[in-house]
Parts: sequence; structure tokens; C-alpha cells
Amino acid sequence: MSTAVTATVTSKSAGAKNRELIAFAVLIGIGLVAPIAIYPVFLMKVLCFALFACAFNLLIGYVGLLSFGHAMFFGLAAYVGGYSVKAWGFSPELGILYGTACGAVLGLVTGLLAIRRQGIYFAMVTLALSQMVFFYCLQAKFTGGEDGIQAIPRGHFLGLINIQDDLTFYYVVLAIFAGAFLLIWRTVNSPFGQVLKAIRENEPRAISLGYRVDHYKLMAFVLSAALAGLAGATKALVFQLASLTDVTWQMSGEVVLMTLVGGMGTIFGPVVGAAVIITMQNYLAGFGEWVLVIQGFIFVVVVMAFRKGIVGEIQDWWTKRANKA
Amino acid sequence: MRLNTLAVSTAVLLAAGSAHAQYTNGTIKIGVMNDQSGLYADVSGPGGTWAAKKAVEDYGAAKKGLKVEVVFADHQNKPDVGSNIARQWYDVDGVDVIVDVPTSSVALAITQIAKEKNKVFLGSGPASSDLTGKACNANFIHWTYDTWALANGTGKAIVQTGGKSWYFLTADYAFGHALEKDTGDVVKKNGGTVVGAVRHPLSTNDFSSFLLQAQSSKAQIVGLANAGGDTINSIKQAAEFGIVEGGQKLAGMLMFITDVHALGLKTAQGLNFTTAWYWDMNDANRAFAKEFAAANGGKHPTMVQAGIYSSVIHYLKAVEAMKSDADGAKVVAKMKSMPTEDKLFGKGTIREDGRHMHDMYLVEVKKPAESKKPWDYVTVKKTIPAAEAFRPLKDGGCELVKS
Amino acid sequence: MLFELIGIPPQALFGQLLLGLINGAFYAMMSLGLAVIFGLLNVINFTHGAQYMMGAFAAWMLLEWAGIPYWGALVLAPIIVGVTGIVMEKLLLKRLYHLDHLYGLLLTFGLALMIEGFFRKQFGSSGLPYSNPLPGGTRLSFMFLPNYRAWIVVASLVICFGTWFMIERTKLGSYLRAATERPDLVQAFGINVPRMITLTYGFGVGLAALAGVLAAPAYNVSPLMGSNLIIIVFAVVVIGGMGSILGAIITGFGLGIIEGLTKVFYPEASNTVIFIVMAIVLMVKPAGLFGTPK
Repeated sequence: MSTAVTATVTSKSAGAKNRELIAFAVLIGIGLVAPIAIYPVFLMKVLCFALFACAFNLLIGYVGLLSFGHAMFFGLAAYVGGYSVKAWGFSPELGILYGTACGAVLGLVTGLLAIRRQGIYFAMVTLALSQMVFFYCLQAKFTGGEDGIQAIPRGHFLGLINIQDDLTFYYVVLAIFAGAFLLIWRTVNSPFGQVLKAIRENEPRAISLGYRVDHYKLMAFVLSAALAGLAGATKALVFQLASLTDVTWQMSGEVVLMTLVGGMGTIFGPVVGAAVIITMQNYLAGFGEWVLVIQGFIFVVVVMAFRKGIVGEIQDWWTKRANKA
Repeated sequence: MRLNTLAVSTAVLLAAGSAHAQYTNGTIKIGVMNDQSGLYADVSGPGGTWAAKKAVEDYGAAKKGLKVEVVFADHQNKPDVGSNIARQWYDVDGVDVIVDVPTSSVALAITQIAKEKNKVFLGSGPASSDLTGKACNANFIHWTYDTWALANGTGKAIVQTGGKSWYFLTADYAFGHALEKDTGDVVKKNGGTVVGAVRHPLSTNDFSSFLLQAQSSKAQIVGLANAGGDTINSIKQAAEFGIVEGGQKLAGMLMFITDVHALGLKTAQGLNFTTAWYWDMNDANRAFAKEFAAANGGKHPTMVQAGIYSSVIHYLKAVEAMKSDADGAKVVAKMKSMPTEDKLFGKGTIREDGRHMHDMYLVEVKKPAESKKPWDYVTVKKTIPAAEAFRPLKDGGCELVKS
Repeated sequence: MLFELIGIPPQALFGQLLLGLINGAFYAMMSLGLAVIFGLLNVINFTHGAQYMMGAFAAWMLLEWAGIPYWGALVLAPIIVGVTGIVMEKLLLKRLYHLDHLYGLLLTFGLALMIEGFFRKQFGSSGLPYSNPLPGGTRLSFMFLPNYRAWIVVASLVICFGTWFMIERTKLGSYLRAATERPDLVQAFGINVPRMITLTYGFGVGLAALAGVLAAPAYNVSPLMGSNLIIIVFAVVVIGGMGSILGAIITGFGLGIIEGLTKVFYPEASNTVIFIVMAIVLMVKPAGLFGTPK
């Protein structure tokens, strides 16, 4: 059965997979030496958002579902992860796991409601649900209102590694990112991932082939939510704070933009997109009042001229060149 | 690092041959962090950066052989953005002191970082009185105002002039709750009553429903425990719905001169609020405002911008006296031990919990006919002496205070 | 709920219902423009909030710089802003029609950021005063009704009904509707479809600007006024059924009332209640209250 489907979808050749793995190794290599030149806290922020965008891309790029409420997983996990470490004395890895688990559970509940809808309605259901989560986070006592949860202690990772030091923690975050990224890569390239792509390309056909489409969609949704939660809980430890910013709909919008700029449906696109947008936010901080105008302008340019995103355009250029040769 | 290369640096003043090795990196570097384009951009924003640069210039750093640099950044009112900038500034870019930082959530995050890195943070913009209470530390000074001072100044004055019963319109955010609670306490202490409160979501467009509830409460005073656009909208709509004509009075708990400007005198007239500084109070202030307006498109300075000026002057005095800016806690201790004095805030002191003590002023917005020149908006009704203006030391719960 | 209802005197409840209706008038007008644009162009116009803000600023500029009072602005501002919309459509939006909705949404989102950023830079963020052209009001038995608010409801009803009538009951409207179904056929009948689409966008934008002019005396004229509203108006359009004119109008007024009641019983949730309604509606009726499933 599954072979029938994979045949219809453009299946990746072994060569393409190898190229991706090499690119991944290069990426991690860059990550290993980056702190020599770049400030580790900034790098950790990039990694957290890159992971968040990868999780989001899993849905939009491989299942074709545009979620406009992903901030709820990211933000809620940041709150519960941060709270468990600060108030209950969880160790950092437990706090991160707890945040991830909460993201997954929330993903299951919201996913059950949302996956029954498609296209713009799916986006709107997720938006509505995330606005409710925002409201909960604003009202709940444990979140500290808009002041957020401050001064979350970092402590020792696995009881051994002192992550109070930014550089050490950076390598831990890099490891978390690498693990999660490989998980996504593995998922996308597995038979499960092929079915997801089949659903994206032609849902009625996947149904007629006997796949329980809703099950697949829900599993992808929960996985995406859990990874977004992982990113959120890690970020809470990086900045030692969790705040309302992470739960707002603007944050959901930001992750859409990161993915778009990097290239939807490409495995590295979200990573590049997150790096570009976060760098831009830091870089543009010096332009003061012009930040919004410049940001808006960049999005307009991307939509008008580079619709496939940075990585997508590069891939295209590469394929064209290869075909010519 | 990006910030470093981009942030406009100013007043790179080199006195020939007098390199002070005691200053970290040979320079005293001041980072102005605030909201450059959002909700609070008019309250401090680019004008705040200007004020810091002006302070460096007026202090005569160049003549004294000090090398001072001012950088700025936009925290976009997001704690994580602010926190990222602060860490980078302190760790990489050699910033010795961060000034301003409106938005309490960002300020709370940055006090922690200043403590962790043992640097200095002088808050002119943030409102929360927790900063010198539960969240106080030895690396932070709260310069201009706080929620307690505003609530106390306005609340007390109004109760004493007969406004006994209160109803609150509160922004459903931590600062709104704090303003409501602090004002409520003052009102009750002075023999008034609080008959009720309604909590509205932040950035509400329409206040008519809440105003109607305030109206039917029959309270004499409607206290606005909100800020920025919410305060402006509630005052504007209160005029429309005849709240004031109906015999009730409005009291803005957190108002800036820029809010009055946005409302226009016709709508704002008669409002009372508390401020730490007003540009038209004396010649020194007027001269400062004139220069400020010339450099900032006609806008006049707010108390936050004046506070930045004042805090930078005092900081420079302290580091010059110590000949070092390396140990943040020691610099702050030195600042606390010296009396403050500058042309805008006059004489003052800094308390052990980090509270800068100075007079506050209760002001009333003028009628349109009384306004003689641009930005001639308020009259000072009462000076609240420093000792009464701020929360008593023992009530804050700051751990630096030895009982 | 019933228990709480008893706690509120019916007098006050009437007042709140009326206020809800007034707010609903804004939602209706805003979502009407969005629905027209979505219905005919298939574009989710995220710039709508920014265009609403531009309408209010246009009114302010006309008054301050040209001395044109409110009533003149009511006509001129929508035309001016509508023309900027037409330019935008011609230059940018037009090139995206053949693509997924998502790109139209992202483009208009980017444009909204640019416009808002520009106004913030130019006018600061705390806003500008605009005085009320209809001061005073009527003391009803249950509340004080400002004249201006009464005018808002009347104006909104007239505009909403007019638009609905034009699209559903006139020849021009029938061309428009036909063009969205089968542009190729309509084109074959000798009608200039691209121009019709451009003008429709201009009209939708003009509606947003008109709502902005109406808002100027009541709310604060500030660069942020649109971004606070846009997400709520989206919800209204989705609940009504995307592209349904009647749905947008009725839902706009209806949600205004629901929100008004929430402001009494659970004021903290008054910004959230619309999203709860949206989630429920989409669960029960996937295409919205008045939408037709495609």
C-alpha cells in the first residue's frame, strides 16, 4: 500500500538524502565554531526560534496545514517549563521535558478540534484556540501576568553540566536542536512522512487508498506542537524568563514569516529564515523608529520576488544548473 | 556585536594623553534602552537617547578627560528582546550602565541581569514599585517615578479635596492591578471608600461600556488605573458620554505630558495627575525643553526623559569620583552615598532600597484659554515633598533594607 | 448566567445592549469591506486595519492642513485612501491572484507593517486629538446617548444596507458576482474584469477608511488603532462566512452585542469572547454562519 503512494509522490533519491545529511553536518559544524565570533545568548535565541520554525514547517511544508496559533505551544511550554523549574525545583532537563509534554498534550487537545478543518478555516480555528490560551496565560496566577515568570534558575543539566555559563549552555541547546532536527528529518523521510506528503498533494486520493488521514494529520500536529513546546521551554531557560510575548498572535505570525522567508517545505528553510529574522530584529534595533517599515518592506519583497524563500530559491537555482549541465 | 557597530555612538570625547585605565575598555559606555517605535516611544524613545547624550555633553565629560559613549536600542516592549540586548551589551559590547527601560516586565528582567553581571541599571521609564520592593537589588536605582508615588500623590490630594468615593477602570495587567491596589489603599487610609472596579483588557478600543458601569456606580471619582492609549481613549470617551458633566471626576493614575498632548486641552482640561517633572516650572527646565524641542521636532520633554538626563549626570559624578566603573554594585553604593543634584531635578538623595528621592508635583490640566504657548498644558497645584512622595522604606519588603 | 442577570438592573442592561450595537456598527463596516474584498478578489486583506487608520489620519490631516471639517472628510478621506488602495492593487496585489490565499495575506501583512511604521515615525505613537462634530446627547431613560454615537449607528446601517443592495440587487453587483465565479466568461461578454476587480478593491478599502473617519472623533487617532482591531474583524468575517456580505453585517452587529454583554459579566474576557464564538461556530458550521461550503 505505502509503496503505491510513495511512487506517486516525488520520492527523494538516496543521493538527495545524503546531500541533506552532509548539509546538516556542515550546519552543526558551523554551530560548533560559531560562538568564537558570535555572542552565545544570541545564538541560543536563533536555535530556539529555528527549532520553533522547523516544528511549524512540519505542518505547513509537509502536511499543507497553515497553523496561525503555534505560539500557544511555544508560549505555554515556556511558562510551564519555567514555572516547574522555578517553583517546584525541577532540574532543567525535567523542566524542558515537562514543557514539551505540556505542548504535546495541548497539541492533542487542540489538534482534535482543528484538523477537522482545512485551509483558512484551519488557520482560524488555531488562531481562536491560541487566543484562548493567551487569555488563560494572562489570567492564571502562576504566569505572573505581563511581568511573566522572571529569574528562572538554570542550574545543572543532567545534574552534571553547569549551564549557568552561557557557552556551556549553548552547546547543550545545540545538542537539543540537532536531536530535534534529526527527528524531523527522519520523520519527513519515513513512510509516515510520505503519507503526509500524499495527504498534502491530494487528500481525497489518500483517503481512497485507505489511509486514516485524520490519524496521520493528528500525529503530525501533536509532533509539531511538542517540538514547538521543546523550543519554548528551552527558550525560557535561555532567557531565564517566560512572558506573554511568546503567547501572542503576533508570535504566531512571526513564525509564519520565518518559515516563508527561509522557504516552506524545505528542510533547512526554517533554520535559515529564523536566523535571518532574528538577526534582523537585533540588527534593526539600531534603526529605532524605522524597524517596522524595513521589516514590512522585506516581507513585501520576499512575497513579490522570492516566493520560494531563500533556501527554496537556492535549491531551484541548483537544480536548473544541474539540469543544464 | 551588530549592535555595537550600528548603534549610533556619540560624544566620543578623547582628552589627549589621559587614558584612564580604570574604566573598563577605557570608556564609560551608557546604553539607553527603550521603546523606540511602539506604545511608549513618545514617553522616552528617541528623545530619551537625546537626553542621555545631552547629559554627557552638559557634564563636560570631554574637559574632564572622561571618554563617554552613548548607545541605544529598541526593546520593542518584549522582555526577551530586552534581555538579549542587555546581556550582549554587558557581556560583549562593554556597556557599563543601562538607563531608562520603560515597561515593567522588561525592567524586571534587566535588574536580574544587571545583578548577575554586576553592572548598573538606572530605571527612569519603568513604573512598578516592586523594583524597589520585592525585586530590589544592589545594582539598580529607580529614578523618576513609580506606581506607589503616582497613586499616593493623586489619590491623597483628591480625597483631601473631597473626592471620597472611588470607582476604578483598571487595565487587566500587573501594572493596572498595582495602580488600583496602591491607590485604593491611599484612598481608604485617608477616609475614602472604593465602591468598585472594572477590569478591561489591555488596548481596548471602546470604553463606553466600562464608563457606563462607572457612571452607575455613582462614585465621585473615576480612577483610571491604566496607561497610554487606554487612558487617552477612556478620557476621550468619558467626555463624550457626559461623565464629567454628570458630576463625576476623572483621575488619571499614570499620565504623561504627551498623553495630554494627544488628548488636546479641550478634552483633558481639569484632569489631575502626579508627575515628577514639568518643563515649564523654572528657567533651567525651560531652557532644557527649548533645546529638546529644537532637536525632537517640537515635542517637549516628559518626566522620563528628564529623569534619564538626571540619572546620567549623577552616574558620571559617581564614576568620576571613584575613577572606576568596573564594579556595578560599588558604583551604585557610591551613588547612594552621594546627594544628587542637577539642573532638572534639583537636590535629592538615593535611598538604600534604590529609590531616588525627590519632590513630586500634583498638576492640573489647563483650560484651552489659559494655554499661552505650545505645550503650555498644566499648572502645578501642589509640591509633594520627597519624604511623603514615595513609599516608606519599611513597607517595600526590599531585602537590602536592614531592619 | 441567569443569576448574574438578576444582579444587573434591566435599565443598565439596555444601555449595555445599545453600546454593543454601536460597537457592532464598527465591526460590521470593517468586516463588510473585508468580505467584499475576499468575496470578489479572494484576497485576505490584512492591510484593512492600516487602511482604517489611514482613514482616521486622512480626516485629521484634512482638518489640520486644509481646514476641511468632518463632513467633508467623510466624503474625501475614503476617496483618497481608496485611491492608494487602487495603486497598491495595480502595483502589487494583482500579481498574486493566481497563487494561494496565503501570499495575498502575507503581502498585505507586510504592507500593513510598512504603513503603520511610517505613521508611527511621522506622528508618534500616542495619537492625535480630533474634536467631536456632534457634541451633546440625549438622555434616555436608561442611559445618556451621545449624538455622535447615534450618528455612527445610523451611518453604519445606511452604508451596510447600501453595499448589500448594490452587490446583491443591482446589475453592477450581478456582474461582480458573476466575475468571481467565472471571470473568463464575464470577460467574454465584453466586461473589463481586471478593472472591475481593481475598483472593487478600492471600494473595500474606501469602506475601511470611512470606518476610520467615523472612528476619529470617538476613539484616539493613533497609528496603532488598526492593528488592535484587525484580528477581531477577521474573526467576525470568518464567523459570518468568508465572502458573505450579509453574514459580515449581521455577525458584526451580533458580536458587538455579545461583546457588550461580556463587558458587564466578565469584562476581562471581552477581547477573547469573539474567539470563543469563532471556535464554536467553526466546529458546528465549518463555512461560517452564512457561508456556503465550497
